[in-house]
Amino acid sequence: MSPLLQVENISKSFVGIKALTDVSMIVKAGEIHALLGENGAGKSTLMKILCGVHRTDAGRILIEGQDCVFARYEDAVKAGVGIVFQEFSLIPYLNAVENIFLGRELRSAFGMLQRGRMRQRSRELLDRLGITIPLDEPVQNLSIAQQQFIEIAKALALDARILILDEPTATLTPSEAEHLFAIMRELRRQGVAMIFISHHLDEIFEICDRITVLRDGSFVGERAVGSTNIDELVELMVGRKIEKSFPSKPFNPPRNEIALDVIELQLAGGDPVNSFSLYKGEILGFAGLVGSGRTETALGIIGAISTIRKKVRVHGKDAKLSSPSDALLQGIGLLPEDRKGEGLIASSSVRNNMTLNNLGKYKQWHFFIDGKAEHDSALDMMKKVKLKASGPESRVDSLSGGNQQKVVIARWLNHHADILFFDEPTRGIDVGAKAEIYQLMRELTERGFSIVMISSELPEIVGMSDRVAVFKQGRIATILEPPQITPEDIMRYATAGETNHNAGIHHDFV
Amino acid sequence: MTSSDQTQMATGMALKQQNLLRVLRQSPIFYPLLGLLAVSIIMVFASDSFLSVANITNIMRQVSIIAIIAAGMTFVILTGGIDLSVGAVMALAGTIAAGLMVAGLNASLALLAGIGIGIGIGVFNGGLVAFAGMPSIIVTLATMGIARGFGLMYSGGYPISGLPSWIKFFGGGTVLGVQMPILIMLVVYVLAWVLLERTPFGRHVYAIGGNETATRLSGVRVSRTKLFVYVLSGFTASIAAIVLTSRLMSGQPNAGTGFELDAIAAVVLGGTSIAGGRGSVIGTLIGALLLGVLNNGLNMMGVDPYVQNVIKGGIILLAIYIGRERRS
Repeated sequence: MSPLLQVENISKSFVGIKALTDVSMIVKAGEIHALLGENGAGKSTLMKILCGVHRTDAGRILIEGQDCVFARYEDAVKAGVGIVFQEFSLIPYLNAVENIFLGRELRSAFGMLQRGRMRQRSRELLDRLGITIPLDEPVQNLSIAQQQFIEIAKALALDARILILDEPTATLTPSEAEHLFAIMRELRRQGVAMIFISHHLDEIFEICDRITVLRDGSFVGERAVGSTNIDELVELMVGRKIEKSFPSKPFNPPRNEIALDVIELQLAGGDPVNSFSLYKGEILGFAGLVGSGRTETALGIIGAISTIRKKVRVHGKDAKLSSPSDALLQGIGLLPEDRKGEGLIASSSVRNNMTLNNLGKYKQWHFFIDGKAEHDSALDMMKKVKLKASGPESRVDSLSGGNQQKVVIARWLNHHADILFFDEPTRGIDVGAKAEIYQLMRELTERGFSIVMISSELPEIVGMSDRVAVFKQGRIATILEPPQITPEDIMRYATAGETNHNAGIHHDFV
Repeated sequence: MTSSDQTQMATGMALKQQNLLRVLRQSPIFYPLLGLLAVSIIMVFASDSFLSVANITNIMRQVSIIAIIAAGMTFVILTGGIDLSVGAVMALAGTIAAGLMVAGLNASLALLAGIGIGIGIGVFNGGLVAFAGMPSIIVTLATMGIARGFGLMYSGGYPISGLPSWIKFFGGGTVLGVQMPILIMLVVYVLAWVLLERTPFGRHVYAIGGNETATRLSGVRVSRTKLFVYVLSGFTASIAAIVLTSRLMSGQPNAGTGFELDAIAAVVLGGTSIAGGRGSVIGTLIGALLLGVLNNGLNMMGVDPYVQNVIKGGIILLAIYIGRERRS
């Protein structure tokens, strides 16, 4: 008998960048199959292909041996594929029943809604999963876990035989995750195949049957859970490939002066309290999974989001950083993760973007901007960051990703800021520009800048950081120093327990 | 000269012309100016008396009040906000200034009080939008009602007349042969242009409309800038109030109904994006003139006023369709 789902030699590229190369995967009925890989390994792309969001460039998808073409999401649904996205697609103001039947409401002969029947069908579905949820409550009043269960019920209401769960546990508490696992086991008993994406290796050992590992868009191995261990999986995921495109690190990093001392930082009630120090002239990496609290920590420090406990010293002096403009006065700047959405004024010029937060520098008669001085300074900045643009008046949205990032960097160089948070500095940037940005960061630290680099790319963290803070579920699990800065060590602290490799243990930090 | 040289020169000239056209088209006031020219040319042919100094002066004086209000409105719209209260603020400022004069207060002080009211309501609007995070359309819709109500309460609903005769100067006087309303309008626009194009504040106004989050994260004091934008809008509304009060020689609590919409139309016709971030005050002046030329020309052609409304609405739609940012 052919397997329920068979993916054969799928390839996919986006505007010249290869996302998947020749990937194959087999999922059987009544199996929970883990899909494992670093950020950017191609998991999401593969999932989006399986549910018809993207089309393949090459390769086949077979369901029970039948060739399937998923041109649209609806095609995948018809073939029995259901997906629970990381970000839910529920309408917050509607209740569970209305959400489950959204877009295919049951109607009577007169076109009126059959509320009773829909309610009963929903009840049956949820009973089948062993879930009790108040059916009349708008879903925004329900817990994240309950919303997720509704998503699952919604997929099953469409007769899904293959259910994709994209990091379902990322936002759940351990006891909610246990509840989810119970539901998954029940579905497995009923013959539903599940593809489970999670970065928490211990969960994979607890719930899954088999594991497929991707790295850099390629298939690197398939294992049965019983015949592998965390060490082997970590090695499969990270490989042995640290790129040589990084500037060499200082042989003996100076540690004599603390630039930024975060004595305590708590973002919201129930969150862990973190502390760390950033030495003058170092690059401190923030590693961890997506959603582990790295960006929030940076935003909290500069005052862009609210915190409940914050004690920070800048160059040895207590500082109250209640807004990004306060932080700027203390010489702290942020290069946001979302360059287009939070970093640049896209419709504006290179010059405007570079000088935005330091126009006072070009003052003329107290009030006015000296246009010539500003223009010259923008030209000078363009040279310093080796910007490829036709001139200071070019619109930034006409530049490549790498050059856009250089514009944001230039903005801070133009200021007196000397403590910089780089959030995913090379995301979506081509290899050549990446190397230039790495070089630039190193030059900055040599000139006395201190940098926190948040990155989800392990090679980047390993290649650039003088020290690495590893985040797990909002907490700085450890701060690694050389020679401990290896992909394996970082991955282990970010995904598994701190001190042991035991499967099935949840560390409850909540 | 060889033929290839000639070809090169020809292509060079063609390139230069293309470049000039491209630069022109990228200018935010290209389409508004084109529209103003087009409508004016039509009017010249449609009416013999359109193109006369007297008529042009007339148009400029007629648009002056809307144009002054629209100058402040431009700043608000550039940040991505809107100010619906300006018409009512103008009426309130004028009514109170007139009332104070009639009550015996020094007329200059009374005018300053009117300006104070414009600024005060601007602070109120801006505070709620910038610091309390309320949507500008709701805040200013509410203050529109409040300001209108206060004006009616203060005056009992009747115009307040009996102002000192020198007040007439702001609406009817001339300086160096230029009528005061036009002069005030031009001064307002020069100041607004300098503020928007030559100061850090103006740059921040554009930046906030372009991307508020990025501007905040870069360390600009966004809330303060937004507050000041509404203060400016209240201020220009109260300057308009002085011109209006002077022209009518009375405080009119019911004046300015719908002026906020005309001002918004002028701003948008002037090429400023309603979403903020792009535009200019010069464009707004052109937009206001365009509205004025339309009014004037259609009147002179004897077009039914009811039909005029339809034509004006259609032209606004057409102008914005032509000038919209094309998605690449």
